[in-house]
Order: sequence, then structure tokens, then C-alpha cells
Amino acid sequence: MPLTGAQIIWDSLVRQGVTDVFGYPGGAILPAYDAMLGYPVRHILVRHEQGATHMADGYARASGRVGVAIATSGPGATNMVTGIATAMMDSSPIVCITGQVGSKVIGSDAFQEIDITGITLPITKHNYLVTRAQDIAPAIFEAFAVAKSGRPGPVLVDITKDAQQASCEVDWAAAEPHLVEAYDEALPGDGDYRDAVALINNAERPLILAGHGIMQSGAEREVLQLAERAGIPIAVTLLGIGGIPASHPLNLGMMGMHGEAFVNHAIQQADLLIALGMRFDDRVTGNLKTYALNAKKIHVDIDRAELNKNVRVDVAIAKDLKPALAEWMPHVKSGDRRAWLETIDGLKGDSAVRDIQNLPDNGHLYAAHVINDLWRLTGGDAVVVTDVGQHQMWEAQYYKHDKSRSLITSGGLGTMGFALPAAIGAKVARPDAEVWVVCGDGGFQMTMCELATIVQEGLDVNVAIINNGYLGMVRQWQEFFYEKRYAATPLIGPDFTKLAQAFGIDAVAVSQRSEVAAAVQGARKSRRATVIDFQVEQEDSVFPMVPAGADLHKMILRPSPIVETAAD
Amino acid sequence: MLHTFAVYVDNKPGVLNRVASLVRRRAFNIESLTVGHTETAGVSRMTVVVDTDEYGARRLEAHLHKVVPVRRVDNITASPSISRDLALIKVAATGDARAHVMQLVDVYRARIIDVSPESLVIETTGTEDKIDSLLEVLRPYGVMEMVRTGRIAMARGTGTPDKAAHGSAPAATPAGSDDVSHGSV
Repeated sequence: MPLTGAQIIWDSLVRQGVTDVFGYPGGAILPAYDAMLGYPVRHILVRHEQGATHMADGYARASGRVGVAIATSGPGATNMVTGIATAMMDSSPIVCITGQVGSKVIGSDAFQEIDITGITLPITKHNYLVTRAQDIAPAIFEAFAVAKSGRPGPVLVDITKDAQQASCEVDWAAAEPHLVEAYDEALPGDGDYRDAVALINNAERPLILAGHGIMQSGAEREVLQLAERAGIPIAVTLLGIGGIPASHPLNLGMMGMHGEAFVNHAIQQADLLIALGMRFDDRVTGNLKTYALNAKKIHVDIDRAELNKNVRVDVAIAKDLKPALAEWMPHVKSGDRRAWLETIDGLKGDSAVRDIQNLPDNGHLYAAHVINDLWRLTGGDAVVVTDVGQHQMWEAQYYKHDKSRSLITSGGLGTMGFALPAAIGAKVARPDAEVWVVCGDGGFQMTMCELATIVQEGLDVNVAIINNGYLGMVRQWQEFFYEKRYAATPLIGPDFTKLAQAFGIDAVAVSQRSEVAAAVQGARKSRRATVIDFQVEQEDSVFPMVPAGADLHKMILRPSPIVETAAD
Repeated sequence: MLHTFAVYVDNKPGVLNRVASLVRRRAFNIESLTVGHTETAGVSRMTVVVDTDEYGARRLEAHLHKVVPVRRVDNITASPSISRDLALIKVAATGDARAHVMQLVDVYRARIIDVSPESLVIETTGTEDKIDSLLEVLRPYGVMEMVRTGRIAMARGTGTPDKAAHGSAPAATPAGSDDVSHGSV
């Protein structure tokens, strides 16, 4: 029986196992929307197409499945660009489907025509312009295969309106993708696992650097096995948080610009770095000229193009992490590296004393308090979706994630406005999970229209706004590096409580630490979304900090004034 | 140093754009880029010459392979290979000069393919060196116009780029393809 192109779209999606899509209708995608009603797919109506892409992204990161976003041509498609780029930078598998004007008028500047395959060429793994109904199923099937395979990422399928309206018979078997096999043949100069194992067995001060790839590969257990067998401590990247339980004694915590100082010192003193599914981002390395000069380096990444990109390594292995580690494991000697662990312990110095968790309550509300309390009250079990800025770093420092895929955040692109929509996606993917948004007052205002989506879909997503009346991280940089000239960072926001209530969402404002627990528990108990406006210290800063481009071991530590303020 | 890649791609609209865009956004300097059909229907071959170091070359090779319509990438910089460039050169040549130019053309084993009262058009193929050298000696006579193809290259001997270009069938034109029906890269 012939199907219309519009029906083929949905049939293809269902055949790929899709149950939920995030989208916004419009002229060029109307035939697809009309056909949607005949298929068992939940459509979440967003308020802005950027939100749809972040939701698909959050959906993918929370579940490991491919997220799907749909928009119309022209502005619908261009609104997706930021979300696609975010997914690209963080290797998140999403498929975006856009309507396009009729194939006969392509190139004529027709109403709502835009060359979205041209625009998204550098920010997708691949994209397709489909102009015939019979090409739709193969394109969508291949899009899913590309999005999931190797290093995951976004794929866009642009389908003309006439292709949606035309009809044809579909040969589903023939539509299966025929991709060139993965690029896994070894090249001359490739690292050998035996070299890696020899370095590990001979190292006295080895350190594992674990990134997003350990979750993408599903290698959480294998990394831990390696660490435990050989007694190797682990530092994680921002996107690696959760892949290794924070409570595990070998997990030192986050490295890099806002990592604990002792973690960065450990990197600088290590004699071997074992980089697993991470990419030596500049936020992690600081000045490359002085980075880990004492260490030999092993780098395993599924994307060969990441090897020897920023940091020259001794053994570079282009491979999926899980099978790569399985290959090593039988040859890794169990080791006693107590001396090294004690050295690292010594590097902690007085950092624990300065840690806000150990400071008495002085009535002031610090963001770190809020996050720390949120962690405690949720038992560390929530999926936390953060935006970008100070609160993101505080969350990474003070919410101790023990579970894989429990922190979702925009790392590579640093997209403000990501948190609220991404959390919606996470909640749709994992309806049983407790989902919290942690975002600043700046980022929240970028995509707060999606509160309406929460209401329309009846989602229980709680929102903690860390409201300091500034674009906080930029203000912090102005304080440190621009002589406190606060150009365009003071920020007047609306009354977030009233705003949320106007959407029909429960809301409460908190300005005292004593009120935090009740507000959080209230939100947790209600089966509906709650917005909490945490009015925190305005000019607080994130410590420690490696200034951009500075040596990793030259950190700005938590200053004593904060200790005093909090202790007074 | 210069690295030369032979890149086999599905012959679909937009592929050239994908490869060129990749090289640009990863901040590599293209020395030359040529593209044309191969012996296999549906597969085109690009010769990409890039100025980079060994690490850069490896990264670019890896990036090229991630482009979906790219079927195979060979870095033929180090392997024994033949490379050729083709040039058409229009030289102002009248009177005595004309005879001199024709002599030079003979010496370089080039050919004259068009003659007009005021000019000659010379066709030559060879290594880039040879063409540069011919150009140098023609310059005093007045080079009015020149066009070059850029380098194409092929490994010597029987080392054929089997797999991707021949074996694993041209993907039955995964119809989603890039675009409509016709046209080449």
C-alpha cells in the first residue's frame, strides 16, 4: 500500500523505536504534522525550536537513546542551530527533521525558505536534503545510524513539502543504511594496547582522566575495574561526572578550571595520565606548555581526530573504550599505590576546611549551600540539569553524583538557556526520575518560555534558580581580570515567583539558608513542577579557579575572606 | 610539509562542499584540491594537498573519514606516487618571439593547441615543478592568461585502493543522499 511522504516520516521514526518527539509545527512541515495523528508517538509542543533541540539532547543524554526534534522551514530551522551545535560539541545523538519549501521553488527565496543543510553543515555529523518521497525512509534510517555510531552527534534531515505530499511504495528492507564500515583499521603509528599496559604496570604515580566517553561507551564498570585493580585514582571532566561514583574512594573529583586544586596538582605530579573518553579541552588543561610535563600519556578515544590534537601522547588508541579496556584488563597487574594516594591526600592541604560544607551557617545564603542542601535532600539520586555559569560549577563541585547520566549540562559549547528545555527532555525520557533544573537567573530568562511546555505536558520538573542578580560568571571574570568594571552584567529579572505562578506553576522564593530544606522538600513532595527562586549572595565567586590559559597548578584558591564571612 | 591525500567519495551533490568546509573550519591550509570521476561509477576521487605537520595530517585524515559520503582516504605523501598538474598558458607571441616560444614548447614537450595572430595557447602536463619552470621561461614573452588544474596524484605499482572504491558496493545510492537526482560534486 502506498504511503505519503508524511506517513513515511512517522513510520520510519516508529521503526527506529521513537516514542517521543519535540517539535513546533509550521507551513512546510504541515503534511507531516497532519499524518502524525495516525502514529503512536508522543509529541511535545515546545515554545521555541531551540527548546526542541535541547529537549532532544537532554532526552538523549538522560537515556542513551536518540532524541528527535521537529521544526518547519526557515525560522523554525534556524532556531534549531544553537541546539544542534550544543549537541555536536557534547557528542549527543539527536535527529532533527525540518520541513523545506517545495522542491520546485528551492533557490528562489520562497517564503520561509532557508538553506538549512548549508547552515548546519559544520555543526552536524551529516545532513540530508530530501526532495522525493521514496528517499525519506533511507535518509531517516541512515540519519539514526549516523547519529548513534562512533562518536555520537546530531544529524538533520530536511524534507521538502512536495516530498511529504507525494506517495510511493516503500521497500523497508532496502531502506536499511549501507554505511561505509567504521574507521577501525589500525594505521601505522597507532598505539598498541601492550604499550599502554606496560606503561600502566610500570607507573608509580598514574592517574585516570575520565570523560563523557565512559558513559557514551557504557564503560563505567570497566574504568572502575581498571582503577581498583591497579589502585589508580581517577579525576573526571565536567561531562564525566557521574560516570564514576563521587563517593568512590578512588574518585578525586573534577579536574580543570574549577576543579579542586589538589586534583590539578595531582595531574601535574603524575608520571602517567590515562585519558579515557575525554579530549583535553582547554578548560581541563590550562596552559598546554606546562601541562603534566612529568607524565607519559595514554589516550583512548573513539574519535581518532581527537588523538594528538591538543596534547601529544605516548600511546594513542582510536577505539571504543569498553572493548579497549577489556583488551587491557587481563594484562593489568594489581598494584599497591598507597604512597601515591597518600601524596595526593597531602595535596589537599586545608581545602576541606575552606569547603563550605564544613562551615557554620551565618544566615547568608550561598549558592554552594543551596546545591549542597539539594544534594543532601535528594539523596544524590536526582537527575540534575544545569545551565552555564557559576551555578554550573558549584553544582559540579557540591552535588555528589553517584550515578551515570545523572548530570546533564552543556559543556563544550557552554549554551546558556540549555537547562530548562534539556530537563524537560530528560523527564520525558525517564519519567520516574526526579529531575531538577539548576540554573542562573540569566540563563533561565533565555528559555523560560518552556515553563508553558512543562504545564501543557504536566511534567514534574523542579527548577532551582540560583538568582544573584548578575551574569555571575562574567561578573567574576570582570572582578578578577577587568578591575571590577561590571559592564552589562548586573541583571534585573522579573519576580520569578509571580512569573511561575502566571504560568500556573507553584513557586516560592528563598533568601535564608534555614528556608532551603523546606522549599526543596515541598517541591519534592508535590507531584507538580515547582520553581524556587534562591536569592543568593550577589558577588560570590567560584573557587578554585585556573585563569584561562594559565598553568594548571597556578590556581586562585578560595580566599580567606569567604572563610571569615561564613564563619562570623 | 605538504601532505597529499587521495579521497574517494560518493559522487553526490554537495560532497565537495563538505570536504572543503571541513578543511576550512579545522584551519588547514589547502595547497590544492582537485576532483574528478574514477574508474568506478558513482565514486569520485579528490586529491587534496595540505600544508601541515604529521599530527595535523593524521587528524585531517581522521576528520575526512568521518564525512559520511567519504569512502576511503589514503595519505599517499610517503608512498611512491606520480603526481601531475595540467596547465593552459596563453602567451603573447608575434614575430621572432613566436619562434622562440615554439622552441621552448618543444624543449618542455608541451603542445600548442591554439594559434591566433597575437597569441599562442600552450598545453602542458607534468609535475608542478616542471610547469613552474616553463612558466618562468615564458614570462618574459608576456603570459596573458593561465589556468591550472592543481595536483592529481596516484600511487605507483599495483597498490590499488581496493575496498571502499570497488568492493563494498556503492551503497545502492542511499537515496536520502544529499539532494535530488543529478549533478556531480
